[in-house]
Amino acid sequence: MYRYDEFDHAFVTARVAQFRDQVERRLAGELAEDAFKPLRLMNGVYLQLHAYMLRIAIPYGTLSSRQLRKLAHIARVYDKGYGHFTTRQNLQFHWPALKDIPDILGELASVEMHAIQTSGNCIRNVTADHFAGAAADEVADPRPYAEILRQWSTVHPEFSFLPRKFKIAVTGAERDRAAIQTHDIGLHLKKNDAGELGFAVYVGGGQGRTPMVAKKIRDFLPQEDLLSYTTAILRVYNLHGRRDNKYKARIKILVHETGTEELTSWIEKEFAELKDGELKLPQADVDAIHRYFAPPTLPERPIGWSALAAARKADAAFDAWVRRNTFAHRHPDYACVTISLKGIGEVPGDASHAQMDAVADLAERLAFDEIRVSHEQNLILPHVARADLRAVYDRLVEIRLATPNAGLVTDIIACPGLDYCALANARSIPVAQEISQRFADQARQEEIGDLKIKISGCINACGHHHVGHIGILGVEKKGAELYQITLGGSGDEHTTIGEIVGRGFGPDEITDAIEKVVDTYLAHRSGREETFLAAYRRLGPAPFKEALYGSEARAA
Amino acid sequence: MKVLTANRLVDGEAVWHAAGRGWIETLEGAELARDKAAEERLAEIGKASYLRDEVVDVDLIDVDLVDGRIVPTRLRERIRAAGPSIHPELGKQARLAAARTA
Repeated sequence: MYRYDEFDHAFVTARVAQFRDQVERRLAGELAEDAFKPLRLMNGVYLQLHAYMLRIAIPYGTLSSRQLRKLAHIARVYDKGYGHFTTRQNLQFHWPALKDIPDILGELASVEMHAIQTSGNCIRNVTADHFAGAAADEVADPRPYAEILRQWSTVHPEFSFLPRKFKIAVTGAERDRAAIQTHDIGLHLKKNDAGELGFAVYVGGGQGRTPMVAKKIRDFLPQEDLLSYTTAILRVYNLHGRRDNKYKARIKILVHETGTEELTSWIEKEFAELKDGELKLPQADVDAIHRYFAPPTLPERPIGWSALAAARKADAAFDAWVRRNTFAHRHPDYACVTISLKGIGEVPGDASHAQMDAVADLAERLAFDEIRVSHEQNLILPHVARADLRAVYDRLVEIRLATPNAGLVTDIIACPGLDYCALANARSIPVAQEISQRFADQARQEEIGDLKIKISGCINACGHHHVGHIGILGVEKKGAELYQITLGGSGDEHTTIGEIVGRGFGPDEITDAIEKVVDTYLAHRSGREETFLAAYRRLGPAPFKEALYGSEARAA
Repeated sequence: MKVLTANRLVDGEAVWHAAGRGWIETLEGAELARDKAAEERLAEIGKASYLRDEVVDVDLIDVDLVDGRIVPTRLRERIRAAGPSIHPELGKQARLAAARTA
């Protein structure tokens, strides 16, 4: 894992001291809210419905046990005993008092964490494939480049006041698990025919009120040009991005209004100026960062295969968990484990302090001290010996985190919604909970197969509803909650924005409507091998509209 | 009908203005503005308190009286007054429930 150097330590510590002073001055009435608000936002402090909210950056979703234990400690001492893992691989605490936040930031700094740039019109936490450095299908670990981007973008003076926030995601595999095409910049780390590393570069993706799939503007950018090319994109955006209208300020609008070809020519022109300058990555520095991410030494554990097969045969619940919640590791004796934070009827993405502590212990004991946060709001143990899967599972059962539903219909993404968020128009979490309970039966879930439901409580789309196979958007209509369904979205290497299927449903109707959609899929699929998404792409919306609206759909 | 609400600066707690008692932590007991003049008076109180750095996000919100209880018109404000609907054990609803059983 990356370790702070002297500069990082000094910078983060100084920032804590600075914010402590700002909070003291605010509480003493020496700083007005108008002056203080941008300062608190720069340190990840929002004000929500019931309290302040602190959003903590988890760079590229990677945590050590020590860091996760610290998050558990903060939840216990300063908050209400739990934290919420978000779709940007961050963690939010929903109840901190402003007066305590400098102390919390001090605690975070002691484990090399912070909340800087988790808000504001700057470059936000860089996200990455949650199986990075472990997955069998990976070309190379994208995290060293995410770290290079983090260092470059942190308080970058030129890019601290962009027209709007800016999000970068990186993946190192053909199968995109980081949803890079829904980001302002998406980077796909790959090798060219000569075996050299570089990136396919995507620009202008995003969700929110104007969802757009990113456009590929470079098929192969040599890795040493990462910062010069990214700088060129940011410069063009900073100069030409709209500042007159908040809703048209993201780079996706600039790409759309300018045209991909024209915008690419501007970027390439800027890049030509920068290419051979100081931003070119020196190989020695890249190598040094790579060394921080050197994979753990994984001893051969061939015994795992036979022991695992016997254990699976003996226990159907364990078998289901291995089937759904493990993923192929590049070392055949190991697996990547998904710890589902989507227990049936639970709040998606929430973990209690005790669960965080227990996962930290588990990671330390059986998973090389590494934990990841996925953008799908689950935790990951990236390196677990197959021989140890049973021990990991048994412990997860004890802490109620062994739900075998990764990628299934109950593995729902949901934003905090109107239960917490000041921007929300409708609740998301209760909808997720009810759908989860409706589809609780494991056999039924597995019969349905891979199906991603994503729920947002407002058009800002933190719950990624636009790219849900089934998306649910909560709106407020005549003072009541109403839920719109979109179908056919996906946030992978074939990113697609879902289509609104028709009029919305009330809170008491939405679960029935989702069940109808799922039943319609089951009735029309060509076989078990045809997933919901594949079936929707073949069938189009007609049978789903018919099921949901009947004669109303035919009249339209 | 309206009531005056805000979040307390120091800890972010949702508060409502009560006649003679300043900011209180429950919607119950909040002062009702039944006409324009009363609304304006409350708005002034809110503005002054904001300028004294006691509260932030000051707002006059619509409410109804239902069986003598103040009920905000918008769900958002009802959730603010109670706490997260998914966590009845947290927030004001929990404190109210505890007070009732005490």
